[in-house]
Amino acid sequence: MESHPYTKPRGVGPVTTELTPGAEPTAAQPPIEPGGRDGAAIRIQNLARHYKMGSATIRAVDGISLEVHSGDFVAVLGASGSGKSSLLNLLAGLDHPTSGSVFVLGRELGAMTPIELSRHRNGTIGMVFQSFNLLPRMTVMENVELPLRIAEVPRAERPQRVREALERVGLAARLTHRPGELSGGEQQRVAIARALVNRPRILLADEPTGNLDSATGEEILRLISSINKPVASAAPGVPGVNVAAAHATTATTVVMVTHERALAERYANRIVTMADGRIARQERTANPAPTAEAIAEKGVPS
Amino acid sequence: MKFRDLSELAGRNLREAVLRNTLTTLGIAVGVASLVAMLSLGVGLQELVGRRLERSGLFDSVLVRPRTGFGNQGQPRMLGSGGGPGPGGAPIAATPRPLDEAARLQLAHLPNVVEVYPEFRFTGDLRLGPGGHLAQIASLPASASGNDAFESMKGHFFSSPTAREIILQLDLAQELAALQQLPPADLIGKEVVVRYAGRQPLEPETSDPAARDTAARDTSNGRRPNQELASPEDAALGFSIVSSQVPLHVVGIVDAEAVTSGGGGFGRAGAYVPVAVAQQLAVVQGNDMSEIVRDSTTGSRAEHYANLTVRVNHPSGIPALEAAVKDMGYTAFSLQDVTRSLTRVFAILDLLLGIFGSLALAVASLGIINTLVMAILERRREIGVLKALGASNGDIRQLFFTEAGVMGLAGGVAGVALGWGIGRVIQLATTIYLRRQAIPAENIWSVPWWLVAGAIGFSVVVSLVAGMYPATRAAQLDPVEALRYE
Repeated sequence: MESHPYTKPRGVGPVTTELTPGAEPTAAQPPIEPGGRDGAAIRIQNLARHYKMGSATIRAVDGISLEVHSGDFVAVLGASGSGKSSLLNLLAGLDHPTSGSVFVLGRELGAMTPIELSRHRNGTIGMVFQSFNLLPRMTVMENVELPLRIAEVPRAERPQRVREALERVGLAARLTHRPGELSGGEQQRVAIARALVNRPRILLADEPTGNLDSATGEEILRLISSINKPVASAAPGVPGVNVAAAHATTATTVVMVTHERALAERYANRIVTMADGRIARQERTANPAPTAEAIAEKGVPS
Repeated sequence: MKFRDLSELAGRNLREAVLRNTLTTLGIAVGVASLVAMLSLGVGLQELVGRRLERSGLFDSVLVRPRTGFGNQGQPRMLGSGGGPGPGGAPIAATPRPLDEAARLQLAHLPNVVEVYPEFRFTGDLRLGPGGHLAQIASLPASASGNDAFESMKGHFFSSPTAREIILQLDLAQELAALQQLPPADLIGKEVVVRYAGRQPLEPETSDPAARDTAARDTSNGRRPNQELASPEDAALGFSIVSSQVPLHVVGIVDAEAVTSGGGGFGRAGAYVPVAVAQQLAVVQGNDMSEIVRDSTTGSRAEHYANLTVRVNHPSGIPALEAAVKDMGYTAFSLQDVTRSLTRVFAILDLLLGIFGSLALAVASLGIINTLVMAILERRREIGVLKALGASNGDIRQLFFTEAGVMGLAGGVAGVALGWGIGRVIQLATTIYLRRQAIPAENIWSVPWWLVAGAIGFSVVVSLVAGMYPATRAAQLDPVEALRYE
């Protein structure tokens, strides 16, 4: 087990104490202190992102502190313009905060060079968007291969990696199709496969069900849930999902922006509600938090 | 990203907007073609002139003359005191030497020297039957048979270096033939008698100090002139000029065009005889008078040449040869200076042609900028996605650079092909035109390999420079904005 930079100095308590299933309350939690516990995949401290629009300042993110533990499935809820997507962009390192800091797996994004930020987006996180953002003229296979090209993964390795990722989302049979030939749900699954192909530790999903009907949206969330907790629930009922392939992989921390509270309650284990750039409410759902086994298996914290 | 991945993505992007990118590439191709066409013409003309000059024999030879020993800046100099001033006023290393057989052998042993021969040039009266015609007669070395003027001659070149034969220039042949009402070609095989002024050595005992008659009267009497000699030994150094004649066989008639007789005259002559024959004739040469004075000083009685033409295997050997000749104490003259200024003229011509050719390429490069800026607008979202997936600014910049480079490369290759095609057409048209004018076709078109490589390279470089702005703009695109863009 690698030592986490925050493990030793802070050392409030062992990971398992806090995260044992059943021990989690389902009601609202007091705000988690920014100062770190073991197993923090993401730690946000007084994060703010203000935009200038003429003379007005828009406070998209306005002083947020939040900690996401390894293996968490955090749903960020809120009305349009509440700053959910801005927060996600800051986590991805696509945007730079006005103030405050974001630590991802112990490294502060603000201290990274542009190249390191690119590597962070390429290898540490996977991103899924509302509008899928597949490149329309590339086949499914080529779309999923893109992060591997960017990561300079050897050519010989790539087909296997692409196939694995597509098996995980149940689309291994559609390698040569173009996005236009796929349904919305299938396109989003390809996007998820693309996000997973570099085996990221964190999956950031921005309204992944926003462009889908409710049944398909549910299917996508089951898939994301299976990625989050591959051992516990391997996407039951997602057609074509290769459970064995899903089992073969480790759990992934998920931060999902959505405005569908029902779906969030059903799949996330934590819900963060935002309003006007601030966290209005944090709560735990009835869903189990990452298991000790899952944590142990993943080697968190790392 | 690896270069192979970059080029695959770039190729895919280029194929996606195939019409627009093809048109842009075609624009570059037209630019490169105009550049290639212009420069090929310049290079072709330069080669044509160079070829003609090289074949003329004027540019691979140095004319060697003895120093006169008189200053050319109004400074009187004593014979043997050091000749003319050297370059930059530097003192001359060697003293003037007579141009004799020893000097000829020494010159022949200089590096790269192919041959050394004197040139004799004199006025003769060519007589055919009762009529005659005055003409300049020049000597020709055997090597002159390679001159392309003799390729199209009627008859043939001298059968041997010592053959008593003569080749007539067409103009002279026509005038001689007119005397006999013959077609000029019928002169070949006929014998003409050449009358000329010949030297005859003085006999010491015949000299009479009292006599002061003019040379002309004595020559007409066939007697030697009687002069007061500076000393008894000088008697052997003088000569008398006598009217002489020699029969020569006409073996060929050569067109007036293009015959030059080595470094000696740089001018046309009416008739040509072999060098050895001219030497045997002992014709009076321009330097004979000064040689008498020189010989009286040095006491030499050897035969001196008025000039020697030294030919080298390649014009590039001329400067070294000139220096060596000057070191030996002779004056050296070549037409290299003329070629040098000619080279400069062609360099300027090429530059101008290149600038005109490049204008089209400059316009084409604006096409590249336009196409790629358009591509940024169209592919905003794609750039955002690539950045979200981890592509760095450098990756995006390189991607656009590669696209510009590929367009430049394709445009360059197509442009060279197009330019070559245009050249072929111009060449064909020129050939047809020249044939109509009854002028032998000339190659005025040349596409050397360096022009091909240079044009393609230039096209790629211009395209990359043109791609710099779009690539930088694409790389700096804010991914958040780009992803929001619909």
